[in-house]
Amino acid sequence: MKKAKNVHSAAAITNRSRRRSMQRYSPLFLLPTVIAFGIGFVWPFVQGIYLSFFRFKTLRFIEFVGFDNYTAAFQDESFLHSFVFTVGFTLVSVLIINLLAFAVALVLTKGIPGSTVFRTVFFMPNLIGGIVLGYIWKMLLDGLIIRFLDSTLALNATYGFWGLVVLLSWQQIGYMMIIYIAGLQNVPVEYIEAAKIDGAGNWQILRHITLPCVMPSVTICTFLTLTNSFKLFDQNLALTGGAPFRRTEMLALNIYQSFYNNVTNMGVGQAKAVIFFLVVVVIALTQLYFTRSKEVQE
Amino acid sequence: MKKWCSLALVLCLTLCLFAGCTGNMKEETGKVYYLNFKPEADSDWQALAQKYTEETGVEVKVVTAASGDYEQTLAVEIEKKNPPTMFQVNGPVGLTAWKSYALNITDSDIHKELISEDFALKDGDIVYGVAFVYEAYGLITNKKLLKQAGYDIEDITDFASLKAAAEDIHARSAELGFDAFTSSGLDGSSSWRFSGHLTNLPLYYEFTQNNVTAQPATIAGTYLDNYKAVWDMYIQNSATDPKTLTSKTGDDAVAEFQQGKAVFYQNGTWEYANATAIGKENIGYLPIYFGVNDEEQGLCAGTENYWVVNSQVSEADQKATLDFMKWLATSETGTMAMASGNMGFTCPFKSAKKPDNGLYDIVDQYLEDGKVSVKWMFPYTPNTDAWRAEVVSALSAYSAGTGGWELVKNAIVDGWSKQYQASHT
Repeated sequence: MKKAKNVHSAAAITNRSRRRSMQRYSPLFLLPTVIAFGIGFVWPFVQGIYLSFFRFKTLRFIEFVGFDNYTAAFQDESFLHSFVFTVGFTLVSVLIINLLAFAVALVLTKGIPGSTVFRTVFFMPNLIGGIVLGYIWKMLLDGLIIRFLDSTLALNATYGFWGLVVLLSWQQIGYMMIIYIAGLQNVPVEYIEAAKIDGAGNWQILRHITLPCVMPSVTICTFLTLTNSFKLFDQNLALTGGAPFRRTEMLALNIYQSFYNNVTNMGVGQAKAVIFFLVVVVIALTQLYFTRSKEVQE
Repeated sequence: MKKWCSLALVLCLTLCLFAGCTGNMKEETGKVYYLNFKPEADSDWQALAQKYTEETGVEVKVVTAASGDYEQTLAVEIEKKNPPTMFQVNGPVGLTAWKSYALNITDSDIHKELISEDFALKDGDIVYGVAFVYEAYGLITNKKLLKQAGYDIEDITDFASLKAAAEDIHARSAELGFDAFTSSGLDGSSSWRFSGHLTNLPLYYEFTQNNVTAQPATIAGTYLDNYKAVWDMYIQNSATDPKTLTSKTGDDAVAEFQQGKAVFYQNGTWEYANATAIGKENIGYLPIYFGVNDEEQGLCAGTENYWVVNSQVSEADQKATLDFMKWLATSETGTMAMASGNMGFTCPFKSAKKPDNGLYDIVDQYLEDGKVSVKWMFPYTPNTDAWRAEVVSALSAYSAGTGGWELVKNAIVDGWSKQYQASHT
């Protein structure tokens, strides 16, 4: 007994000392990632904020202008409009994508034959790039709109809005569906059986057992769809390009346009980008806080 | 031992990150890096660069920016350690934007090679750029189809006769099997023909009337009624439903012209290769008659392609670049290449070769007949892309009937002052 204890503690000591000697190296192993993160993220980020206070075209010639760029950004009517448009778009697409993705996930976990094939098919659109999707959907939707509504995507901002919703839903539902399926498969069978024995109906099971159990998936999915919709760029550029009259321009595209369409000062675009960053952070953190609080801990 | 191994591995990883950053150390001889604006001529430029290197041993690198991305590419490339030594600006407005990078080339050989001072890009008396290609646009016309419809190209001498012929052809299009105008597509690949090139006519007449020689802060839009008349003629006498114009591309218009589905196609000398599909002998070239001074009006001729030498690179590189330019303008190989293949440029240099381009022959003919070329005024446009985008939106709405002509007028006139403000504050 005593011997065994000794062996045990001896092993613990060697383990611990080994771990400690390994730990000494941790900064070394972290170094490559830290450097990459510094070069690829921290430095451009800091420089971006710094540059938003300057009037510049290239980094060699910059001129300090204080908050002028921010003033110009807030006075830009197209920026404010794109903000409202983006918020509207985000609300609608987050709702639609999550509802449909959850519905599809529910159906595909019922054990219908061919479920795996369907899962793959639904997931596929997510593998295609946004620009390509944008152009393809532009052709498809324009064909329909010209035929039945006597207009085009570029002429009517309402069609542009719904076109973007359709496009993003088509692309993202499959991805969110996979996350929901993973969540649904983790719902303990015992809970559902117990509820059935207690006489709960399908709706009650869904409402009081399944949904609370998949809340972590809901958190992830709303977070992803929220930020994806808010930051949408490629699809916007390819599908409508902001037409008509920049009425379907979302924030990211608006920033891009003010960055590259102004031949003398890119600072305004930079200021808009900083504002954009702050807004995305605030929204995402708020959303995380609220959905997290609904998650159940097992 | 193990320690050293892991240390070595980590160092390896870290070093890999920097592997991409190793720079070129030798800087003595000078080299050329040209950022090219014309994607269609990319392969020709590459071949020409190689020839120059073979002849002189000087390294020449040519990079071509994607269509419509020149400004962005230039802004990125010019920050790099080895920036372009030679790049392009579109005229006075482009020069303002890139002034800090433009070398004074007043005393250079390439400046002395210009056939006229009109092709030098100046600020005051200092020359910063030289035009290297001279282009002209108008209505490329299918003479064979025009004949079938019962007209000779000589019959069309002003806006009224052009409009009459177009309306007649359009009215009989079912019977003739073709229409008057190719689609005036407002997709990005085609809209510049109207937001850029067609708007040049009202700008030209207004600016010449007011003796404008520098970028004006505002414009009056004096000749926008004529612009409307021409645009109406384009879209009403075409097989394409005006409502679908936003989905029509540049390729659509080319195809319609090549397949003999339409008589008139507004575009420029650079489209010659495409136009030859209807047979060289059938190609005619009409001015865009505007109803202002049709008797004297020729084609719209000018340039938006100026070479500029980067003032921020080493002197050796600047010299190498100027030598390369001189070689392009004067040497046998250089001038031959510039005038042939996909370049096919008419260069405003003294020893330039003439390209095999039937459209240029017609341009010259108009000049000989005493017609006055309409100068290119669109390089004065403030924030060109943003201004044009609004004009396109307005034209789209107007053509589809969802908006009035007021929209177009506002986009052109108010848009001008708006973009001028934006680019000057």
